[in-house]
Amino acid sequence: MHVGLEHYLTVSFLLFALGLLGVIMRRNLLVIYMSLELMLNAANLALVAFSRFNNKLDGQVLVFFIITVAAAEVSVGLALIVALYRRRRSAHVEDLTSMKF
Amino acid sequence: MKYELLPWLTLFLPLFAAVFITLFTLRCKTLSSFISIGAIVAGFILTVVFISANGFQIRAESVRTWLSIGNLQVDFGLKLDALSLMMMLIVTGVGGAIHIYSRGYMREDPGMARFFAFLSLFTFSMLGIVLANNFVQLFIFWELVGVSSYLLIGFWFEKPSAGDAAKKAFIVNRLGDFGFLLGILMVWGLLGSLNFSQLQGQLAANSQALGTMATIAGLLIFCGAVGKSAQFPLHVWLPDAMEGPTPVSALIHAATMVAAGVYMLCRVLFVLNADALQVVAYIGGFTALLSALIAIQQNDIKRIIAYSTLSQLGYMVMAVGLGGPTPAMFHLTTHAFFKALLFLSAGSVITALHHEQDIWKMGNLKSKMPVTFWTFLAGALALSGIFPFSGFYSKDSILGQALVRHNYLLFGVGVFVACLTTFYIFRLFFVVFLGKEKSDLSSHAHESPPVMTGPLLVLAVFSVIGGYIGIEGIYNRMFAAQPETSAGFAAALVAPFHAAPMAAWLGILAFFIGLACAYGLYAKADKDPLPEILGPLATAMKNKFYFDELYEGVFVRAHDCIAAVMNGIDRWLVEGFCIGLIRGGTDLTGRCLRYFQTGNLQTYAFLFVLGVVVALYVVLR
Amino acid sequence: MANTFPDILFYVFAVLTLGCGALVIANPFSRNPVTSAMFLVLTIISMAGLFVLLHAFFLAAVQILVYAGAVIVLFLFVIMLLDLKAETMRRIKIYGFIAGIVSVGAILAIFMKSLGATPLNSDSAPAVEGNTEPLGKLLFTHYVVPFEVVSVLLLVAMVGVILLSKKNLD
Repeated sequence: MHVGLEHYLTVSFLLFALGLLGVIMRRNLLVIYMSLELMLNAANLALVAFSRFNNKLDGQVLVFFIITVAAAEVSVGLALIVALYRRRRSAHVEDLTSMKF
Repeated sequence: MKYELLPWLTLFLPLFAAVFITLFTLRCKTLSSFISIGAIVAGFILTVVFISANGFQIRAESVRTWLSIGNLQVDFGLKLDALSLMMMLIVTGVGGAIHIYSRGYMREDPGMARFFAFLSLFTFSMLGIVLANNFVQLFIFWELVGVSSYLLIGFWFEKPSAGDAAKKAFIVNRLGDFGFLLGILMVWGLLGSLNFSQLQGQLAANSQALGTMATIAGLLIFCGAVGKSAQFPLHVWLPDAMEGPTPVSALIHAATMVAAGVYMLCRVLFVLNADALQVVAYIGGFTALLSALIAIQQNDIKRIIAYSTLSQLGYMVMAVGLGGPTPAMFHLTTHAFFKALLFLSAGSVITALHHEQDIWKMGNLKSKMPVTFWTFLAGALALSGIFPFSGFYSKDSILGQALVRHNYLLFGVGVFVACLTTFYIFRLFFVVFLGKEKSDLSSHAHESPPVMTGPLLVLAVFSVIGGYIGIEGIYNRMFAAQPETSAGFAAALVAPFHAAPMAAWLGILAFFIGLACAYGLYAKADKDPLPEILGPLATAMKNKFYFDELYEGVFVRAHDCIAAVMNGIDRWLVEGFCIGLIRGGTDLTGRCLRYFQTGNLQTYAFLFVLGVVVALYVVLR
Repeated sequence: MANTFPDILFYVFAVLTLGCGALVIANPFSRNPVTSAMFLVLTIISMAGLFVLLHAFFLAAVQILVYAGAVIVLFLFVIMLLDLKAETMRRIKIYGFIAGIVSVGAILAIFMKSLGATPLNSDSAPAVEGNTEPLGKLLFTHYVVPFEVVSVLLLVAMVGVILLSKKNLD
């Protein structure tokens, strides 16, 4: 069977679902962060696939920007985690519930 | 109209004085009193100048637009005619004398500056009533005199009785004013105008303009007069109002404010139809009789005069009800003179006796206080209505009016009350000024200073001659269809004997009967002999026919019950059920929603995803 | 068949991507975050292969350089810094499991429904070959403003990270 857009999209969806599962089920902040990266990559894949099959380069440009922003986001996010860990001595979401009522 | 500015100045000078005293000179008693006295005397002079320039025949209005709401336009206007100009003279003239007297009477009171500020505020409000050219303005100033009356009755607010009396006066007046306001609204709703001249024009063009509501509207407006002029059944506040300083009793509760009801009736006479006037007349007559009976058995010098005021007000209201605004206003004018005089003389006695008001602790003041003695006698004679004192002429014109209307019942009441009037005022006179000293206080009494006796003398002169200096003629030209030709002085002196001889002679007869009874019973009495003669009736009179107790039992109790029920409704139904339900609902919702705030990151993520799913489902559907 | 080889490659890379992605989030042999990070590297590399299959060569290079090169190194540094070994053996809670399954199921159902409902023109052969030169032209002409803004964003991120990493942050 010829590989088309829907194949790529399906892979993208499944990857997104894996990332989401990780975000909701894992307790380690770092792993949650990695799962977030997975979700971002899933979105990237979908964009590149659309770009390819619609004969437009704009999707790739967008992916380029997403990668840049993701890099910035990861650096800031990890710095936050480090700062949090210094204060709480923990990187587990169950220990970080001070926003409770 | 010449000097249009003058009435405006007269009106606003006292207000300026009140504001100035309140803001700047409250610490300085003398300066405050001079500002207040200066304002009212200036007002009197300005009024005289205005009248001499324009005469009493003027019928004009000086109008500024005040506010305009939809098709309701309310002016702030001054109505200038004989009626209002005479009232202005009374308010500023008699008021001025009382202001000057107050300087002596209140000289030792620490709150004198405040007192004069209140007096000026009252003068402003009273002039506002007198000059109002429409119902709204009238009503506002009507309430303002109520407020200043409240402030002045409760002037010695550290006395609980004064505070209670002030509240009583205010609340009882509120009852009357409620009806008054309803009446005003009814007139406005039916005729679409509030201006007196326009209303008069409309009713003159079509006497049925008020339709079936005419009687009700008239009676509702009369309610205002019942409250303010203390007519039965709202008469109970006036005697208690004597808790205020005596000049206040003279100014507000004898000469001017209580007369405002009568003045207002004369001003809006065109609204009252025959049925309403009938009620007005009988209420007036009944009040006159009732209060005269009560006055006979009172022992407080001010209360006797207060009930006498009630009785005389009843006369005036009766005259209005009998379709005679001229006699009513005539009597109002002379009454302002002699009743202010009586109150001020009583005040002079009270200060001389160090604020003792029980007449059975006075006696033999004739030699110690000669000026007060003679002025009081003049006032008493004028009140009793004996020829040639002013009261004779005005009372006679009222009795004459009753005869003109062939209302012999009210005529009889009038004559009987005249007899009672003489009796109670000379009872007071004999006990206080003659006989022997009944306590140490009266042995050590001495005459009041000239600042107090001066106004007494001025008022005494007017009380004597007020009947034949043309006052009646001024009112007559205002109200009568065709003006009478003014007769000479001598003719005016004996006019009552020609106009209504029966009224005149019966009035004089009533005077002598009353005088004889009073002399016989009280000339040498040490204590009141009347209770032994009259028995339970005297007790009833002494206790004011138990009206206070009746009102206490019926209205106050009923009011308390209603208030308790309302309190229960408010507390249990409104607050407990309605508000509690809303509050509880909010609380419960909040408590439930609180559990969504777990503080757990993944719970939020989960809810967030669910939200995204719903949004996507809606968008992609 | 000229198209057979790329199709086979697609399946290979797709399976690699998803398998490594699954091992990132749930490794039955190890709960160590370092393992997850390593599998994330593998996921990203296989995804770069997918990009190559989609003729996005430049992005494939960037993916490997930025993600595998920079981001993952950063992750590893942080893991070392935090020394998380003590907390690796916590149990997954049943509520979290149910929540994950429900949300993932819901969102997948939505995706699949829309995928099936929307007609895709995947059969039309792609005409334009995506390569570096036209992408660079587009980036420096039409998208030049966002490009510059992103550089500012990186600068701001750098400043923020330096500030956050200071020890006496109070």
